[in-house]
Amino acid sequence: MFSYYLKLGWLSIRRNPLLSALMVAAIAVGIGASMTIITVNYVMSGNPIPQKSDQLYYVQLDSWDPIDHDNEGFEPPDQMTYLDAMALMKAGKAYRQIASNRSSLVLEPQGEGERPFSVTSRNTWADFFPMFDLPFLHGSGWDDSADNNLDKVVVLSKEINERVFGGENSVGRSLRLNGMDFQVVGVVDKYLPVPRFYDVTTGAFDEPAEVYIPFNIGVEYEFSRNGNTSCWKAPDGDGFEAFLNSECVWIQFWAELRNDEEKQDYMAFLNAYTQQQKEMGRFPRPLNNRLSNVMEWMEIEEVVEDDAQVMLGLSLLFLVVCLLNTIGLLLAKFLGKSGDISLRRALGASRGSLFVQHMIESGMIGLAGGVLGIGLTWLGLRGIKMLFGEFVENLVGLDWVMILTAIGLAIVSALLAGLYPTWRACRIAPASQLKIQ
Amino acid sequence: MLSMQNISKVYRAGLVETHALREFSLEVAEGEFISVTGPSGSGKTTFLNIAGLLESFTSGRYELDGRDVSALSDTESSKVRNEKIGFVFQSFNLIPDLNLFDNVDVPLRYRGFNSAERKRRIEKVLETVGLASRMKHLPSQLSGGQQQRVAIARALAGEPRFLLADEPTGNLDSHMALSVMELISEINQSGTTIIMVTHDPALAEMASRNVHILDGRVSNGHEQPQLAKVATA
Repeated sequence: MFSYYLKLGWLSIRRNPLLSALMVAAIAVGIGASMTIITVNYVMSGNPIPQKSDQLYYVQLDSWDPIDHDNEGFEPPDQMTYLDAMALMKAGKAYRQIASNRSSLVLEPQGEGERPFSVTSRNTWADFFPMFDLPFLHGSGWDDSADNNLDKVVVLSKEINERVFGGENSVGRSLRLNGMDFQVVGVVDKYLPVPRFYDVTTGAFDEPAEVYIPFNIGVEYEFSRNGNTSCWKAPDGDGFEAFLNSECVWIQFWAELRNDEEKQDYMAFLNAYTQQQKEMGRFPRPLNNRLSNVMEWMEIEEVVEDDAQVMLGLSLLFLVVCLLNTIGLLLAKFLGKSGDISLRRALGASRGSLFVQHMIESGMIGLAGGVLGIGLTWLGLRGIKMLFGEFVENLVGLDWVMILTAIGLAIVSALLAGLYPTWRACRIAPASQLKIQ
Repeated sequence: MLSMQNISKVYRAGLVETHALREFSLEVAEGEFISVTGPSGSGKTTFLNIAGLLESFTSGRYELDGRDVSALSDTESSKVRNEKIGFVFQSFNLIPDLNLFDNVDVPLRYRGFNSAERKRRIEKVLETVGLASRMKHLPSQLSGGQQQRVAIARALAGEPRFLLADEPTGNLDSHMALSVMELISEINQSGTTIIMVTHDPALAEMASRNVHILDGRVSNGHEQPQLAKVATA
């Protein structure tokens, strides 16, 4: 009977093309609006590194002010001091660990007539590349010795390599950054984790770094910090050295811990370190260190912002409004078929079979609305890109999951919208319309 | 076979009550061909609707094939309609965007027959009404008489024991009406019980018995056997 009901649904849709088109359009507009926002939220809340997101932990040490000025519930700071980051790096207690921050550097191309331009740099450690599974087009990351020996090495993004070296294998070549020559050791292939989990403090959806250099080089040559710096008390003195020894937080710290045992051991290490620091007069707050895996960290940092969720709610409300319109249109359509319904009842159709028939017809309208809605979603996402520019490029992709979600949502919505009209249609008495047809 | 005892049907609209049938009683034996006549508003169609389980009644007792049908659920009464009763309406009531084959197919779908059985029955009944060659045509491509033949074919496809016809020739010219009536008579002769509502005394005379309804009751003076007519038909 299912195929029979499909056939009847198709005939019914064809019988009232204008009414059917209005219903499909109402559902499509609702689906298009809601799926546009759902897609953005979905991408924002996606797992950027699913293969190991439960092994990568963001480290928070609560070195902060004992007085809770901001009334934030004594949350530990979301970045780390230089003193602590270096202590943890030196201890090397995790399977892998990295400290990192962002700088803005000036790149001077070698070619004649080419003008210098600024690039964003991720200043980090050798473990950054294997830890976060960066794919390499040429070469590789640097090794530990480069971190320790202050080697001026650089890893380029694919885009910078194309811009400066025309996309050639630039490994071994020299690149001038902030007036110093760096040796290219690797070129990263396209790497666009969304959200950009390894540093959400500077914008979870910003582009990844254009170049990667050793963290210690950035410190040694006092490269400008292009990120958030927060201090709960002023440095004891002037100058960069005083800043490095201050309680200012500006470094993101990640540890790779392969299992629960490693995690427990590492937390024990962090707590022991904190106790040691307390004895030295630091860490005035109660012990409150944190290890958060990638998704926990995204949640803590509220990567999906409140206004995005409000937009999501509004878009779903709009879908409800569209469905209310669809209910009215379906009611008109189904009651307009009262003669057909009455006849079928007379010929032996039970209310149940008519219910199934009309719900299938509603579902078909929903399917058509969903397909059209996907097109409108695509347009909506293009509109968001045009409105907000390239930096939302990573948020406006429509994958198969979202396409299937759109279809599913449209069908479920249409079925819900069809419930009342179908119920009314099934209440039509078998004898009511037969004499006047 | 069909037994109605003291059936009443009251339509209520607010405080206004309309008595469509009053203490209506009728017995119909298997194989009978009954014509039902009466003036407009006398209750003919209400009687036919109740007989065909298309409407409920207010009081009384109705047995079909010995079974009290007053307490049947919707599904049960749908099943009885589908399996035991065929309907022929004045305005044919064919579904305009289904071809003849699919129109006749409608009750068989609800019966749950497989496609081969449905096809066999549809071809057989369309053959019976002389329209087998046009089974892919739409109703709009047929004359009124042909459309009524399709409606009869649809009613017969499930091999019902009852055929209820409400003014089956009301929309046809006299030539087509005669042709349809001949078909209905043939169906009756093959054993199907027929109850036909008509305004036309000439058509009513083709039945084996006439029941005249007046003010919702069987008018005694008009219920009379017409076996001689049937015998000569």
